[in-house]
Amino acid sequence: MISGVLVIFFLLAGLALLGAVSLIWQSHPIHSALSLILVMVSLAGLYLLMGAEFVAAVQIIVYGGAVMVLFIFVIMLLNAGVEERTNISKMATFGGVPLAMALGLIIAAAIARSSGQMPAPAASGAMSSTRELSKLLFSEFVYPFELTSFLILVAILGAIVLAQREN
Amino acid sequence: MSEILAKYGFLIVPIIKVLILVFVVLTLDAYLTWLERKVIAHIQARWGPHRVGPHGLLQPLADGIKFILKEDPMPTGVDKKAYFFAPFLTLMLALTSLSVIPFGPDITIFGYTTNFGIADVNISLLVLFAITALGVYGIALAGWGSNNKYSLLGGLRSSAQMISYELALTLSVVGVLLIAGDFSLKHIVEKQIGDFGLLSWNIVGLTKGGGGFTQIIGCVCFFIAAIAETNRVPFDLPEAESELVAGFHTEYASMKFAMFFIGEYTSMIAVSSLFTILFFGGWLSPFPASWTITHYLPSVIFIPLGLWVFYDGIRYETIFGRLILPGLGAVFTVLGFALFLFSPVNEVIQGPFWFFAKVGAVLFFYIWMRGTLPRFRYDQLMDFGWKFLLPVSIANVVLTSAVIMWRMK
Repeated sequence: MISGVLVIFFLLAGLALLGAVSLIWQSHPIHSALSLILVMVSLAGLYLLMGAEFVAAVQIIVYGGAVMVLFIFVIMLLNAGVEERTNISKMATFGGVPLAMALGLIIAAAIARSSGQMPAPAASGAMSSTRELSKLLFSEFVYPFELTSFLILVAILGAIVLAQREN
Repeated sequence: MSEILAKYGFLIVPIIKVLILVFVVLTLDAYLTWLERKVIAHIQARWGPHRVGPHGLLQPLADGIKFILKEDPMPTGVDKKAYFFAPFLTLMLALTSLSVIPFGPDITIFGYTTNFGIADVNISLLVLFAITALGVYGIALAGWGSNNKYSLLGGLRSSAQMISYELALTLSVVGVLLIAGDFSLKHIVEKQIGDFGLLSWNIVGLTKGGGGFTQIIGCVCFFIAAIAETNRVPFDLPEAESELVAGFHTEYASMKFAMFFIGEYTSMIAVSSLFTILFFGGWLSPFPASWTITHYLPSVIFIPLGLWVFYDGIRYETIFGRLILPGLGAVFTVLGFALFLFSPVNEVIQGPFWFFAKVGAVLFFYIWMRGTLPRFRYDQLMDFGWKFLLPVSIANVVLTSAVIMWRMK
């Protein structure tokens, strides 16, 4: 039994995987960044499928928009050329391959152990889920939330100090 | 008829709506270019287009044929993927942004009730911001992919400009969101229904329950940031022709250039619609609901307009104009009388009439600004965005939340 939701899920998951593989495969930094945008947008679609409209929209606005625009801006500004391929180092062959296989095994084990059921999407509308989300942020998670904003403030100050002309 | 609609309406109705909207918007884009050239010409004491058709009314058609027939050369050394993808992305995102905009209240046709827009999403405002956030890639990729230093500079400028002004754009809306308590554009408009007509709109804020607060600061910030987001004068640095040839679309010709062009005008329409919805009551009439006599205003405007076009048209210089213009005038007059006689149709037309009247006024303002203002210098642009617009929109958020908190006590 294949429902429409399942078809869309596999479509988006496929797109996300395609983007992720292409991110590594592409030799030009801009193409890699574009593949990453594809991953972000497909992930937003997956969030939407789970009934998390707010998270989906924020995923596109923040990751798909702001963060990736900054990536692209920097790559364009530096006018980075095509990457140079080197022979795979011994470290990658002897350390990386077994580690990647171990990670794959762990993920496969986790999937095998799960009940195979996706968590039920929130039945309520987006605004109520957004409202619940903001309530949680400002009550239960208020300290981590405020600490994060403090971290961002420090980062902004650092950027201003770095950008200031010497005198 | 109604049975079929009840059964398959969810599929048929959106397809019909998409087709109508795309047709209407593309026609509107074409005639927006005509209007822009005419208005700027008259601002600069010129005539503007007046050779193709009466009053140059067929100029958009001639432009369209030219776009299709022109040669489309591709410069050497372009990044093919980015070069071909960029115009499609720009046009696609611009058209998609119109899908969540409500053009009027819900309508019922043949017993089937539907929203007056393509999709009625409960996070429509966020969807619009998400689309805006992606919109920068079209320009950035076009600039980078063209293998041209002027294009690259245009693309870089546009990315920096759009990142900077997106913050102010988003923050200027927060005041409206605090009042409405909802991301749905339809609900934001419905919150602005009040006893005082246009005084209940968010720009003045005398809403029914007294929950509103004037958003004039947010309104000004939003409008300035929106002009910057759509890369229009005085923020058209990405395509500053006196410095960068044509900026990011220097290397584009023919249909690919047309796609950027249509994309720009479509996003102008989308931004004007959003501006209307957020601050000027969307489809709401500027008169109080009890003044039912104002419902005849479309007729009162259409009939004299039609008669004037008819009267003016029969004295036009060319025979073609003497045929076309009176015909156009007759259509307007008949439309006005039809609205006057069939009151159910008149009631349906009220919402879209006011909506498009307001959007038209905003678009005229856009064109007016292009005819009047000089371009910003780049450092002025950045200073203005970060040191003025952003703090002011944050102040608006603080002020609005303080007023709402104070009222809750």
